[in-house]
Parts: sequence; structure tokens; C-alpha cells
Amino acid sequence: MNEDWVLYEVFIRSRSGLEHKHVGSLHAADARMAIEHARDAYTRRQEGVSIWVVPSSEIIASDPGEADALFEPARDKVYRHPTFYVIPDEVKNI
Amino acid sequence: MYTQALDSPAAGADEASEERERLERFQARIDRDEKIEPKDWMPEAYRQTLIRQIAQHAHSEIVGMLPEGNWITRAPSLRRKAVLIAKVQDEGGHGMYLYSAAETLGVARGELIEQLLSGRAKYSSIFNYPTLTWADIGAIGWLVDGAAIMNQVPLCRCSYGPYARAMVRICKEESFHQRQGYELMLTLARGSEDQHAMAQDALNRWWWPSLMMFGPSDAHSVHTAQSMRWKIKRFTNDELRQKFIDVTVPQAEYLGLTVPDPDLHWNEASQHYRFGEINWSEFQAVLKGEGPCNRERLEARRAAHENGRWVREAAAAYAAKHQGPARAMKAGAGALS
Repeated sequence: MNEDWVLYEVFIRSRSGLEHKHVGSLHAADARMAIEHARDAYTRRQEGVSIWVVPSSEIIASDPGEADALFEPARDKVYRHPTFYVIPDEVKNI
Repeated sequence: MYTQALDSPAAGADEASEERERLERFQARIDRDEKIEPKDWMPEAYRQTLIRQIAQHAHSEIVGMLPEGNWITRAPSLRRKAVLIAKVQDEGGHGMYLYSAAETLGVARGELIEQLLSGRAKYSSIFNYPTLTWADIGAIGWLVDGAAIMNQVPLCRCSYGPYARAMVRICKEESFHQRQGYELMLTLARGSEDQHAMAQDALNRWWWPSLMMFGPSDAHSVHTAQSMRWKIKRFTNDELRQKFIDVTVPQAEYLGLTVPDPDLHWNEASQHYRFGEINWSEFQAVLKGEGPCNRERLEARRAAHENGRWVREAAAAYAAKHQGPARAMKAGAGALS
């Protein structure tokens, strides 16, 4: 069995003005081939105007086991949202 | 670890109850309709079930290119040829999305390809039937892709995130496949007497194999119950088959074609079509490799793999010479910031 080519993650900007969004992954021998494969695999119907590819091994991800430690502290800070504050109806433009 | 566990049964019991708790927490997540993502903890059986199902699905897309690719050079017009090429290219794309989804579960792409080429992996029984006439291309789009859509739409809500996302993408594209097939059938059905007969002949040959695509009946389906509990599957094989028949029979009537099932009739009480017995021994034989085209399909895949070897090797050598995953697009460096 052959060694697999490098795994790349693919991000597509669907139209200018929008951010690149993760769409999937693919294998390629090098970066240019990854861009070309991403074009064929993920933009057959004008889904994009720009492509990023990143070797999957270069992505550093948070650990789901640490999700509580990372995200729990934000849960009880409702005062960070505008709807926490009651403003009388008579007050306009706020 | 193993010998340690033998030495201290107390620790073993602790581990077992911990494992049970983990399983319960996992099932609770599924029951709450939460999605499972690649790095989340999951039972090994869930992982293996998904790898098997997604890989079989991917293989089916890849082998599925062969019966239709067979007609690209003989398409009767430039329009039909362009459509067929686009469709076959989509099938290849679908295979790629699915292999990628399977890889998030920790299996290597090369291993999956190896399983297909060695004949150890299964793929959909339908692709082991031959495409004898041009009308078969219409029947495949209408019936085979129609059945696939029936199967795949509920998979968009599958509990495993990467599989569900791949299915959303696939389902969006699949609708064109079915419509172009029906349009092709409609053209033939409204054409000359010979063309009408050709359409009828294609329906005769593809109807029953299409019904078999939904898999064995619920009573004989080994995986259904567990897969439903894990929300990998949302409907049983028989439910989906019935749904397919109910929507497809009126479409056949509109074409002026006859569904090749003398037992087929509308049942007013159940509001469903009743249909005749499926030839399950044929289904089992095709799955086991005894269908009309099993050998031919695998030989074609192996030849494609072998004939492409020098291209893969050349690309790898070129990449190595230019230092691995080199930044071919220098201007893009730093673009992420």
C-alpha cells in the first residue's frame, strides 16, 4: 500500500465580503495540487471565489475534554449581553 | 494494563462502571440530538459502524461512476454528454467527501482503497448490473439516484457531524441527477415506438434492483436497531423502500410505462402501494460477488489504480523535491491573520 498524500483542510470563501469557511478535507502531494483538487471537489457549482488549504497537521484544536474549563466561565456572565439591561420604553435610540 | 487489571479485580470493576457511565453519557448526548464530532469520546462500536457504513457509501459512489461512464462516449448529443460527464464527476466528488468523513474516524484513505480493491469491502449491489442501452442512463438517474436520495436525505440528520455535513452537500447535488434521468426517460417515452420500448425495457431491468438498494427487510437487517438508537439511521429499510415506491409509481404512470410487478396495487386503507416479493436470493448473490458485473467492476477499479500509479509517484517525487507541502502560493502566506 502506498503512503497517503498529505491531508489538507479546505476553506472556501463563497463570495467576496464573506469569511472563508471550512468545507472538508482532501489529500494532495503538495499545496498547488491541494488547491486544484479543492477546486474540483468543492467548487463545481460556483461555491467559491477563494480557497485556503492548510495541512491538517498544522491545525491546533482545543480538546473537547477541556470544553467546560474553556467555555463554562462565560456562561454566568449574562451582563455581557445588551438584553441584560432594562431600559424604559420611552427612551429611544438606545 | 491488561495484567494489572487481572491482579486487582477491584480496579477492573471500577473501570467497567466508568465505561458504563461514559456509554450512558454518550447515549444521553445522542438522545438530546447533539452532534458527535471527531475528537469527542465515542464507543468503539459506534466508530466501527460509522467507518463501515461511510466507507461502503464512498465505495458505492466510486464504483457507481463505472456503469454510467460506460456511456459517455456514446451519448446521443453534446448536451447529454455534458450532463453525463457532470454527473459522473459529481459521483467521484461524493466519494471524496465521504472518504474524508470516514478518515475523521481514524482510518487511513489508503486502507479504505485497499479494502475496495482487494474485494473485502462491500458497495451497493446496484452497480453490479450492466448498462445495456442508452435508456439505462435515464433509468439510473431516475430510479437509482431517486432511491439514493430517499436513503440519503435522512442521513443529513445523522448523529455524526462530518457524515451529516457530507450528506448535506451530496443531497444538494443529487437532485440534478434524478431530474436529468427522468427528463431523459420522458424524452424516450414520448419518442418513437422503439424509443418507448427501450425506456420500458430499462424500467423492467432496473426496477427490482433499485428496490433492493434499501437493503434487507427489517426482520433480517442486522444493524438497523443499534444504528437507529445511535441516530445513524433515522428510518428502517422497509420504511424507506415503501416511501420510494409510493412516490415513484405515479412517476412511472406519467411516463406511460408499466412497473414490472404484477402484484403492485394501491391499498386504500393503508394509503400505500402494496408490492410483490423481492428476490432476496438474487440480492444476496450480488452482494457476495456473483452479480452480472462484480468482477468487471473490480477489475476496472484495479486497472485505474494501477494505471495511475506512475502519476501518483511522479507527483510525490515532485513534492519531495520541492520540500513536502511547500507553500506554492507565497502571496497567500499570512492571509489567515
